[in-house]
Amino acid sequence: MSFDLQLIIESLPVMLMGIGITFKLLVISGVLGLLLAICLLLMRISGLWYLNIPAQIYIYVFRGTPILVQIFIVYYGLPQFESVRESIFWPILREPTGCAILALSLNTGAYVSEILRGGVLGVDKGVLEAGSALGMSAHQKFIYITTPIATRLALPAYSNDVISLLKSTALASTITIADMTGIARTIVADTYAPYEIFISLAVVYMIFTFGLQKLFGIIEGYLGQYTKRE
Amino acid sequence: MSIPENRPLIQMQNVNKFFGDFQALKNVNLEVRKGERIVVCGPSGSGKSTMIRCINRLEEHTDGHIVIDGNTLTDKVKDINAVRREVGMVFQNFNLFPHMTIVKNLMIAQQLVRNTSKNDARETAMFYLERVKIPEQAQKYPIQLSGGQQQRVAIARALCMKPEIMLFDEPTSALDPEMINEVLEVMVDLAKEGMTMICVTHEMGFARSVADRIIFMDLGEIVEEAAPEEFFDNPKSERTKKFLSQILSH
Repeated sequence: MSFDLQLIIESLPVMLMGIGITFKLLVISGVLGLLLAICLLLMRISGLWYLNIPAQIYIYVFRGTPILVQIFIVYYGLPQFESVRESIFWPILREPTGCAILALSLNTGAYVSEILRGGVLGVDKGVLEAGSALGMSAHQKFIYITTPIATRLALPAYSNDVISLLKSTALASTITIADMTGIARTIVADTYAPYEIFISLAVVYMIFTFGLQKLFGIIEGYLGQYTKRE
Repeated sequence: MSIPENRPLIQMQNVNKFFGDFQALKNVNLEVRKGERIVVCGPSGSGKSTMIRCINRLEEHTDGHIVIDGNTLTDKVKDINAVRREVGMVFQNFNLFPHMTIVKNLMIAQQLVRNTSKNDARETAMFYLERVKIPEQAQKYPIQLSGGQQQRVAIARALCMKPEIMLFDEPTSALDPEMINEVLEVMVDLAKEGMTMICVTHEMGFARSVADRIIFMDLGEIVEEAAPEEFFDNPKSERTKKFLSQILSH
């Protein structure tokens, strides 16, 4: 079996034209998912059953179903409802990109909220008691003690989820989006050279991941200054 | 040492505390006057820590009355905060905020709870760091300090709030032996200045030299309450005698 280097050199720039869309899917879904995760987290730890239980159900549903199925439900399913088509969200949901971002955000939000909760549970109770003993209110303790410590604790698992989200963006190609994977699939359909194209695609994702790893490494080093003895 | 005849700062009347079915405090009655120095001792699980943690409501008592400087402890957040502003606490495990520098540890509650300006908070923080003799550590993080230094910072942090009462919950139990004295010295200085203190501790030398009264607890009850000489030389209860013989035999 031959390995067509020329084909790789020719198709790499074409595939990289999709990097903008991949990046857009990652960043927008990542940010929206994080905001959703924070809301879910606050519901989970509110101590109020009517907030806690809906959040638990949400997390269960979105962790319990494949992300591909969620993308299909949003893209193929929602437009069937007239109320959706008449809502203010229709301009977003009419576009495959909007659907992909919605599905990815809803999905990653469920996972990230549990990651954040792990961080919150990891905060030493004694330190919070010290805050209470000094007269700090529950809100003050949450903002000044729990949040910074929990963020640091949750970061490694969170970076894992962001990397996972990067790979999930490839599923957007199944609903006609021309991200890197979408373009690669088109090239493969034209050239019948899946080996060369998909391997080079995989390498591009690995480079992307490497960049994310480095970025989170820097953030971890910055937030973790207080954990180093010298 | 004479007991100062000042107003009572802490009054506990018939206080009971349950953890589920387990009774941690049984009918505890205690009165502490301003300027008094109380040492609480007793075997592990006797309710010593639970008792002092009820004073600033880190534990909620099940029934009975606790009045701190005129404020009755109830469920009301306002009452609890009023009490916590008057009561400083030092923990066995220091419990410094790990993500803040030492000086920040001392400033944060002043700024948030007392609404002190940043500059004033910093000034107060440095004043008390001088007093516990580690001003040079101000910019470090807690993990970079020894246990003894961390505990002195914790004491300074509590003092920054200008409390009327200081509670010490086994402040030297987590320390290496060579660091115990530096912490006890700070506590002795505080006692000399007339701070109202309740110390749960096993440091019997400290108890003998500093305490106005020693309280011995066992199984959630106050078994014996006496001045140090009386307590060590002529204990009345069999349980006290047994405890003393166990801890003083070496």
